[in-house]
Amino acid sequence: MFKSHGNLERHSILLLLSILVVVAIGGIVEITPLFYLESTIEEVDGMRPYTPLELEGRDIYVREGCYVCHSQMVRPLRDEVERYGHYSLAAESMYDRPFQWGSKRTGPDVARVGGKYSDAWHRDHLINPRSVVPESVMPPYAFLAKKELNLEDVEAKLATMTKLGVPYTQDMIDNAKVDLVAQSDPFSADGTKLKARYGEKVVARDFDGNPEALTEMDALIAYLQMLGTLVDFSTYKADAPENLR
Amino acid sequence: MKNLTDQKSAPLDVVLLYVVVCLGALGTLLATAFSNDHLFRLHGWVGIIAFVLAAGVMTVGISWGRFRSPQTEYEDGVVRAGVIATMFWGSVGMLVGVVIAAQLAWPSIFYFPDFGFLNFGRLRPLHTSGVIFAFGGNALLCTSFYVVQRTCRARLAGGIWPWFVFWGYQLFIVLAATGYLAGITQSKEYAEPEWYIDLWLTIVWVAYLLVFLGTIWKRKEPHIYVANWFYLAFIITVAMLHVVNNLSLPINWLGHTSYPVFAGVQGALVQWWYGHNAVGFFLTAGFLAMMYYFVPKRAERPVYSYRLSIVHFWSLIFIYIWAGPHHLHYTALPQWAQTLGATFSIMLWMPSWGGMINGLMTLSGAWDKLRTDAVLRMMAVAVAFYGMSTFEGPLMSIREVNALSHYTDWTIGHVHSGALGWVGFISFGAIYCLVPWLWKKDRLYSDRLVEWHFWIATTGILLYIAAMWVSGIMEGLMWREYTPQGFLANSFVETVSAKHVENIIRTIGGLMYLTGTLIMSYNLWRTVRLPGPVAGEVPVPASAKPAIA
Amino acid sequence: MSGLTYETVAKFAQQGGTLYFAAIFLAGLAYALWPKNGETFSRLAQLPLEDAELTND
Repeated sequence: MFKSHGNLERHSILLLLSILVVVAIGGIVEITPLFYLESTIEEVDGMRPYTPLELEGRDIYVREGCYVCHSQMVRPLRDEVERYGHYSLAAESMYDRPFQWGSKRTGPDVARVGGKYSDAWHRDHLINPRSVVPESVMPPYAFLAKKELNLEDVEAKLATMTKLGVPYTQDMIDNAKVDLVAQSDPFSADGTKLKARYGEKVVARDFDGNPEALTEMDALIAYLQMLGTLVDFSTYKADAPENLR
Repeated sequence: MKNLTDQKSAPLDVVLLYVVVCLGALGTLLATAFSNDHLFRLHGWVGIIAFVLAAGVMTVGISWGRFRSPQTEYEDGVVRAGVIATMFWGSVGMLVGVVIAAQLAWPSIFYFPDFGFLNFGRLRPLHTSGVIFAFGGNALLCTSFYVVQRTCRARLAGGIWPWFVFWGYQLFIVLAATGYLAGITQSKEYAEPEWYIDLWLTIVWVAYLLVFLGTIWKRKEPHIYVANWFYLAFIITVAMLHVVNNLSLPINWLGHTSYPVFAGVQGALVQWWYGHNAVGFFLTAGFLAMMYYFVPKRAERPVYSYRLSIVHFWSLIFIYIWAGPHHLHYTALPQWAQTLGATFSIMLWMPSWGGMINGLMTLSGAWDKLRTDAVLRMMAVAVAFYGMSTFEGPLMSIREVNALSHYTDWTIGHVHSGALGWVGFISFGAIYCLVPWLWKKDRLYSDRLVEWHFWIATTGILLYIAAMWVSGIMEGLMWREYTPQGFLANSFVETVSAKHVENIIRTIGGLMYLTGTLIMSYNLWRTVRLPGPVAGEVPVPASAKPAIA
Repeated sequence: MSGLTYETVAKFAQQGGTLYFAAIFLAGLAYALWPKNGETFSRLAQLPLEDAELTND
């Protein structure tokens, strides 16, 4: 009696283990090569980690669930390349945690929205989308312009990214708050140091048009205005053998 | 074996849970007290309330000598609770779905500029998690607890721990739902809850696996019925997917924000390996288990081919797990992975249809019942929808089709034919069966209301998916339409405004489906309140009872 | 890791994968169709239909 009971237990454990082996194999074969194959992510010029203000803006983009309606992945199809710009490279999302490729375009792709519209357009559009695009079905985000940006966590955010492998330097972590404020103020004395740390292409502006306050609107527009602008496509050879995958 | 009911002191399983609950109360209290993050504190308060309430209830229960687990009876209390939770969360999740459909149809009416938590971006995860994890999850939880006991001829293992699984899962739902509204999300579709909620779900899930396995170990039948194989595969695989996809590092152990371990392209593949198999193992394997128990039971015929069910099982779980990359066609994911995903997706058609045939053919010889028994008809239609969406899925995973369908409403239509048609209807069928059994009634309150539910919901599904096919294919074609001069013919917003009518039809379809669910809830509530057969009394023949509705 | 190119991975996935899949499938099929298992299966298929209440033993 006792022995057969033991047998039965082994039977269900055997079933459990067989299930585990069968369902594990697919993931192992598909996912692990992505970490080892060098061709997974292209070598490109221009990629850098997000500045503190852009990172805060990105976290707001995540918080509001923008990915639910906007993809950040231009496919290599004629109409998409003509509508949105160069197709997206894996390298362009190498610092994206979490990735924001999206799965649905209730609104247009935003992978290369940076620089396409003015800051004022973005502000008006976010406050009331139908004021600039009458047929839009996008929700209004007026509260972002009123909400002060929380600066408490920014060093911890950069430090955590570093632990995960994003190449922020200790200098960047230590000055995260200074850089964040500097990027939202075009007259800041710290602007040159910000550019020294993150590159000459970083734009420092008062993104939300309200110099009185550093708001969540500032951060979100700063993020939107840099999307897709980093990679230098003049040096990227799409037909080069190392870029064919 | 000595029965725990003979003992005077509280059973070990109860003491263990009591300790866990008290530790939980202490832990959430400390975390809330020391946190600087107001969103984290909000969830801290939810945790405190839950654990303190549980500790209070347990204190009273233990002092009154409750929480015994007589091994001569099935544990049906937790199944009854699961049925109630399924109908409650189903109504909530579907209501949120109707609201967000209305937002897309009438954006100037249903948006509120100063209330960010009611925006589409926050409500959509509430809808998806509400219907998948709250409605579907509770349906799986309660049916699995019912089926495993009946097919093993044993009471649920773990004494009081099935109740921990149930309430722990409800706490997970409340944390996830309030988190979405408050803006706590890691933005991984169908895995949005943040790190500490994921950890809590992991604990609950391990307890679920142990209760389920423990019951199988106690079984008096030498073999394990195939429905339990599907439930087991669902539990194990979801555990694996959940743990891997949610690997992340919090920026602060007393804060809600975390960053995932996988970035960019790796993050995308891990997410869709998870996402697709959430469909495969949560929404398919688990509900197939339901099919393999409740369809034979209701039709009063054994499953058409037990052999086919075994082939179905192994080929389904093996092939499904590979299919995730078809969500990433033409993206920056390396092409070999896309090809692999698409190949397996097309192969998946075969086992899926094997299962459909097995379910439908179980009814052979009982086809006439479909005319009179709306519950059985509901399950048959569910299996038919399963067949339809598992044909559509492989079709959409072909690269050329996907180039058109991806990012459009077609995907939304596909998902809803599976979710409303298959998952919803098989669950409704199972619950219509369960309620009279669980509450010891000889019938449902009203069969006519079941008919109403069936026809309103079926019409709603057809309106919904037809609208989404039209709008999805239309917008896909409009995006790639060129003028004779070689310019793009449509601006993006023209494709948005073109979908207005379809968005309205979709809202109506969803509203009809929700109406059906509410009719069902009413019918079940009246069923529970029917006078039951009293022990020792001669049951009144059905014909002698007053005709109702 | 230079040995791992697209071609080798693709070859592995296509050839090794096909063999592996075929082996698993045949094993499952053999188990399902094994004549000796037939009796067990037909008894198992009846399981949901017998609704015995629990008894003390």
